[in-house]
Amino acid sequence: MSKIDIISMENLPGVAALEKRLGVSRRDFLKLCSGIAATLGLPSTAAAEIAQAVASPAKRPSVIWLHFQECTGCSESLLRAEHPTLDRLILDVISLDYHETLFAAAGHQAEAARKAAMEANKGKYLLVVEGAIPTKDGGIYCKIGGQTAIEMVKECAAGAAAVVAIGSCASWGGMPSTGPNPTGSSSVGEVLGKPVVTIPGCPPNPYNFLATVVNYLTFGKLPAVDQLGRPLFAYSRLVHENCERRAHFDAGRFALEFGDAGHRQGWCLYKLGCKGPETYANCPVIGFNDVGEVSWPVGCGHPCIGCTEKGIGFAKPIHALAELKSVQPPLGYPKVDEPRGVGATIASAAAVAALAGAATAATYNLTKNLGKNIAVEGDKPESKERAES
Amino acid sequence: MTMDRRQFLKGMLAGGAVAATAASAPAEARGNLTMPPKAMGLLYDSTLCIGCKACVSACKESNHLPPEYSTEDQLWDTPLDLSGKTKNVIKMYKSGTGDHKDQEEDGYAFMKHSCLHCVDPSCVSACPVSAMRKDPVTGVVTYDPGDCIGCRYCVLACPFDVPRFQYDKAFPKIVKCELCNHLASETNDTRFQYSACAQVCPTGATLYGPTDELMVEAKRRLALKPGTDHTVPRGRIDGKDSQMAKAATYVPQVYGEKELGGTQVLKLAAVPFDKLGFRDLPERSFASVSETMQHSMYGYLITPALVLGGLVVAAKRSLRDDEDNQE
Amino acid sequence: MSNHEHSAPTPLGGSLVTSLTKTMALLIAIAGVILVVRLIFGIGSVTNVNDGYTWGVWVVYDVMVGSAFACGGYSVALLVYIFNKGEYHPLVRPALLGSLFGYTLAGASVIIDLGRYWNTWHIFTPGWAQINSVMFEVATCISLYVVVMWIEFSPVFLEKLNKNDIRKKLGRWMFLFIALGALLPSMHQSSLGSMLIVLGTQLNPLWQTMLIPLLYLMTAISVGYGIVIFESTISAIGFKRPFELGILSKLSKVMWGLIVAYLVVRVVDLVVRGAIVEAFKPNVMALMFWVEMAFFIVPAILLASAANRRRPDKLFLSAVCMMSGTFMLRINSYLVGYETGEGWNYFPSLPEMGLTVGIIAIEILGYVVLVRLLPVLPKHEAAAVK
Repeated sequence: MSKIDIISMENLPGVAALEKRLGVSRRDFLKLCSGIAATLGLPSTAAAEIAQAVASPAKRPSVIWLHFQECTGCSESLLRAEHPTLDRLILDVISLDYHETLFAAAGHQAEAARKAAMEANKGKYLLVVEGAIPTKDGGIYCKIGGQTAIEMVKECAAGAAAVVAIGSCASWGGMPSTGPNPTGSSSVGEVLGKPVVTIPGCPPNPYNFLATVVNYLTFGKLPAVDQLGRPLFAYSRLVHENCERRAHFDAGRFALEFGDAGHRQGWCLYKLGCKGPETYANCPVIGFNDVGEVSWPVGCGHPCIGCTEKGIGFAKPIHALAELKSVQPPLGYPKVDEPRGVGATIASAAAVAALAGAATAATYNLTKNLGKNIAVEGDKPESKERAES
Repeated sequence: MTMDRRQFLKGMLAGGAVAATAASAPAEARGNLTMPPKAMGLLYDSTLCIGCKACVSACKESNHLPPEYSTEDQLWDTPLDLSGKTKNVIKMYKSGTGDHKDQEEDGYAFMKHSCLHCVDPSCVSACPVSAMRKDPVTGVVTYDPGDCIGCRYCVLACPFDVPRFQYDKAFPKIVKCELCNHLASETNDTRFQYSACAQVCPTGATLYGPTDELMVEAKRRLALKPGTDHTVPRGRIDGKDSQMAKAATYVPQVYGEKELGGTQVLKLAAVPFDKLGFRDLPERSFASVSETMQHSMYGYLITPALVLGGLVVAAKRSLRDDEDNQE
Repeated sequence: MSNHEHSAPTPLGGSLVTSLTKTMALLIAIAGVILVVRLIFGIGSVTNVNDGYTWGVWVVYDVMVGSAFACGGYSVALLVYIFNKGEYHPLVRPALLGSLFGYTLAGASVIIDLGRYWNTWHIFTPGWAQINSVMFEVATCISLYVVVMWIEFSPVFLEKLNKNDIRKKLGRWMFLFIALGALLPSMHQSSLGSMLIVLGTQLNPLWQTMLIPLLYLMTAISVGYGIVIFESTISAIGFKRPFELGILSKLSKVMWGLIVAYLVVRVVDLVVRGAIVEAFKPNVMALMFWVEMAFFIVPAILLASAANRRRPDKLFLSAVCMMSGTFMLRINSYLVGYETGEGWNYFPSLPEMGLTVGIIAIEILGYVVLVRLLPVLPKHEAAAVK
């Protein structure tokens, strides 16, 4: 399997069939698979596995997508993924059996479809939750089909193979949970009382979600996550670490206010409140909307607001300074007791030793000789003086 | 022989007595100088500093200093210390694992090294040609290369190791922070209006202002309970910009309040200052000790004149003896 | 008094081109090259001085030690003219010649070490001169003393040039120059120590004391006698002249008294200030302190015995120890005991030492040439003049 060359897969029947089914060129499809492998941080051979998994229609998992306290920005973001026909691909690769925004059905019909899908794929379907869940007053602030969000998420989670919280609201409460949090907005994990995979962001990058799903599809399990349930491939590094303006930070060049010379020259936005140094996300690496390197907030000149980070995004004022996490001074940082100056080298120490040695030897020899043979202008003056005095 | 020795000792004693009386007579013991009326300075708070080196970079830009490389690739300015090319540098203290900021054990902390603008500066006292001067109003310690002879006594004398010399130049100068006082001139061609290090500091760790106001601000911070949220001014103390901060567990000392009679640049830190390269120093300035000594020996040249008189008498007598002998 | 028992000084004569003078000339040429490099590429191009040890051997050896070693003329003049010990008169001219060279070269080497040497005149010029600076006092005083010494020594040239009328006129004012020649070194030799006071706690308490000017002055005077003994011994060997034992033996007793007095002051000062504990710490500074002290203690013991004072070898050894002790006191107080911050290193570089060696070579060469050409050394009937 691992030996399969992804380019040679172009002629496989499954991939050829996919071309017909999805309306994408075989070449584009394989490129997408390589891209997903790269996003996941997997070796290029994994791209072949991904291609096989996606190309095989038998594996299409059922997905139930719930919406609670949210703005549907996550779904919108996903729909705007600009790889060729990605929207169609994702809808065909998975079997999206319930999605309130994208569903053609409405009302009781929609709820019936959800129940049917849950029944049919019990223990196998993927539950995706978008939006926070209000918990105050029995959860009455969000109801769908007469059911509270709490009841609905618990019902759906019971038979799900895995739960993915998409967006900051579902991941940790997000914007609705900002103080004073009148509805008691909570995350999916808090409501279910168990850790779930979270893809925070406002909105999250669609490829982080896509890669997570494809990882599940390919390997039958969700990717490795951190203690907050965030896939490590996307959330293990600070925005600050990969920021294209990092060099300006390291060189101490900061935009002092919006529109000043430094800001216009693309200097570091830390002083303007950029939360990159305390926010874990891969925004600077993959960007948004597939339009190139700088297509993300900092790239456009606005400081990162830390949307993926609980306690930062929607909590800390946008202009407030970030607390530098994991930014310990680099090894090259000047130390208080930095060694400076040139000490003794072998040559210079030898020269001093030679001088001192020569002086000692000369003194020794002279002293020795003086003891024996030297003409002395002897006692005369002193005896004379004695006589005088 | 015995008589010779006695005479010699007598002479020595007499000379010593003259010196001793003279030393006590015109001894104008000079105390520490006092803070100038409009002393300007900086307040550096190590706990607010993130080590971003914005101040180092801005200092170079403001003072038109060249970059200094300490890495092989020579990519950008990486000074390891003050030098003939660097007037301001942030240094790091690190111990053990170095995991926690502003912690003495297994932690790290930053410290700004630049001129402290002493109230009674050793460099000004040491300089034989008045190239180092202390502004009578703002108290800024300035340097004029036109006066300087390059003897480097200031480098030797400064207890903070601040003035640096350009050892690599045929026509070298002393380089030291002058609190960006050149920015006040009309020829200011930079983007800075006041001390560049303070103007660019993103966190307010380096703050510019009148020393008395900075001292009040420093004392305010020391009085806060650790962990308290508070607002700190950014840039200059009388400006509009500010930022939110959490009070740190400070070492209860404003470095520069008493050291050597005080400095116009004040420092706060959460790690003992001697770990950050700032030693315990007495309250009496070294300059005042040295000048008291010097003036009690040479004030108005009274002592040398008295001694010379004695010497002339002695020399005349001995020369006369000489002639007598020769005739 | 008995100075006229000794013969009048006469030129030594003899060849100027010997292996010694050739070697010295070569060393001076090397130093010349180093000087050119320093002038074009800066002080750092040939020395290891840095901002932690900004004064290297060019200052500490060439000036501090160099001028102390040039105190022979001062010390002997004190004895002869101030304490009216005419019997030491034969020592005056050779000692003065050594001092003249030592001081002139100390002044010259200061200028080599000055970064902005073209401004040197500022020190003496009102408007620039900064009278609070100890260095102002040292610089002015040394410069004056060099002038005074040339005047004191000028009779030697005048004798040679047969300008006896000028010599006589000068003779009438000589008392003033002699008095100045005794005053000025007392001032600046002590001030070379005072210069350390402003360093404050950067200097180890073993050397940072308010008595440091006195210690510098006492060592300067006593090393003056040490130098006279040293030079006389070397002259005796080098020029195959008899060793002036009688006079040097007496001189050594004066030196001994000064060393003992110095040691008493030094130790009492250390004990009273409590700085003596520093001497028992396991570090380089303490080690160097004991090396320094040993060089004073050895002659203090050696010269205590009258028998030893009459042995040329012990006299010479004591003189060398005295010079080494003086050297160490200055090296220790300006370099070893000084620490402006952690992490600084300094050790002289080869070219740096090369220039210093070149300056020493100039002194030796100059001394040899002048005693052969000018009436400096006293005439000895027995001397085998080559």
